Amino acid sequence: MARRFDIRAQPGFATIAMITFFLLYLPIVTLVAYAFNAGNSIAVWEGFSLRWFVSAANNDVVQQAALRSLIIAVFAATISTTVATMAALATTRTRPYRGLTFKYAFINQPLMVPEIVTAVALLIVFSRIKVWTGYSGLGYLIAAHTAFCIPFAYLPIRARLEGMDLTLERAAADLYATPWMTFRRITLPILRPGIVAGFMLAFVISLDDVVITEFVKSGGQDTLPTYMLGQLRRIVTPEINAIATVFLALSVAIVTAFFFLNRKKA
Amino acid sequence: MASAQESARIAEREDIRNRWLLSAPALVIIFLAAIGPLFIMLAYSFMAKGDYGDVKFGQFSLDGWFSVFLQRDIFDDTVSLADAHLTIFWRSVRLSLMTTFVTLVLGFPTAYFIATRPQNRREVWLFLVTIPFWTNLLIRTFAMQEVIRNEGILNTALMMLGVIKSPIQILYTDTAIMFGMVYVYLPLMVLPLYAAMEKLDFRLVEAGYDLYAGRFQVLRRLIIPLVKPGIIAGSILVFIPSLGAYVTPRVLGGGKNMMLGNLIELQFGQGRNWPLGAAISITLMVVVMTALLIYVRGAARAGTDNNG
Repeated sequence: MARRFDIRAQPGFATIAMITFFLLYLPIVTLVAYAFNAGNSIAVWEGFSLRWFVSAANNDVVQQAALRSLIIAVFAATISTTVATMAALATTRTRPYRGLTFKYAFINQPLMVPEIVTAVALLIVFSRIKVWTGYSGLGYLIAAHTAFCIPFAYLPIRARLEGMDLTLERAAADLYATPWMTFRRITLPILRPGIVAGFMLAFVISLDDVVITEFVKSGGQDTLPTYMLGQLRRIVTPEINAIATVFLALSVAIVTAFFFLNRKKA
Repeated sequence: MASAQESARIAEREDIRNRWLLSAPALVIIFLAAIGPLFIMLAYSFMAKGDYGDVKFGQFSLDGWFSVFLQRDIFDDTVSLADAHLTIFWRSVRLSLMTTFVTLVLGFPTAYFIATRPQNRREVWLFLVTIPFWTNLLIRTFAMQEVIRNEGILNTALMMLGVIKSPIQILYTDTAIMFGMVYVYLPLMVLPLYAAMEKLDFRLVEAGYDLYAGRFQVLRRLIIPLVKPGIIAGSILVFIPSLGAYVTPRVLGGGKNMMLGNLIELQFGQGRNWPLGAAISITLMVVVMTALLIYVRGAARAGTDNNG
């Protein structure tokens, strides 16, 4: 019997799709596999071992870089999510008003300019401020990260707000709730999944950043990604694979959580 | 009546004022740590370069912009095209176009494959595309480096299959950069393509077959025109970051095969020519913004066409 004619099928498409998925995962799987290599090489397999995870965990420089990455990401994600929530409240559920388009463009600007361009512009400005003020702490990195995290935090919060109508808030106001109470008891709880999603996106984006960090950081302020970038210039041991694997696991965990969070909403 | 109107107008004005206050923190942060510095960089591009990097503050000069495409002979002052820069410009454009093309060739069937799965399976396939997208770009580039290096999986596999006798040098070539960018930006092509294909009305495809169109004809005359907005969106989303790529060419190009991002870095590092670096940055930004603007205009027009 002839196979039923499937109008959706296109010859070869499924094969190419499988090749694509293979190509997408082959490098990542290789990278993770060699993190468990007992030998010193990232090309020759010499048996299973966790020694590189141990050595990465005991490496002071790695510890400090990881801690720095986390501090920056926590600050940047918290601040950007807070201001993005406010901005989202200010730009949704309203008739178009003068300046609304301007606000959209402004908030999304960090997505539109190539990162390297923002990076050198920040280098120019911050290097001068560093000379003027003598301050060269993490503040610059936190400020830069906060700025480019804002659009990522803003998008899911805005999407969530657009799906909410004003009925409940009006009802609260009718029952003599103050605007602040209405916000605390009504708006914020309904908005929470959007805010959590925005925070997680901002956190991952901050954690992953290489380019802007590389140009803004002062001496001895390596984050985990810039540390890895520096290491790639030398002879690479599986220690880098081990660090990358842990990093990868963390990102995947956050993205998976984000995925399920969004799915529940739908 | 008039006073009711009056108070409504006052309430609206107050609402708009509150909305500005509410969005002010976000706008101020973006201005201070993203947009403002771009204007300062524009000013820097018109200053004379300092002897050890930085600029001679307030000293006007067009040398930075002059050197973007031109160079002056140090002996006889003749002006000629800056070949080194043009090579890098051309490499950036060429590699970005090739990357866009390859991601389209791989991404189109992939997105189509996902869009034609049963509803409940699509999410899983889509999730598989998103995971690499959200993992660190540097890590993905590094992973690609391990695959294509001389002792890497690719060369080992080819040698075992007997296709080649000795490893081919891929790492630190233009090809390596392109492989890396294809790998890194592929999800950016698949996602908008999928979004367009998900909405595809397969009754039209059925009608095509009823009218004796072949598979290829249906693809070329029906599916591709219908998902064209997705193709354009995906191409723009891949082309733009490719043009401004910095990490991938640095890691896979190995310093010699520079792209624009690396040329910019060079001017702020060893090159010690900040005005030139600023001028190249602004050139790159203008090219990217123009591409985006053309795309947004086109998307807006396509949107009104569909609705009206």
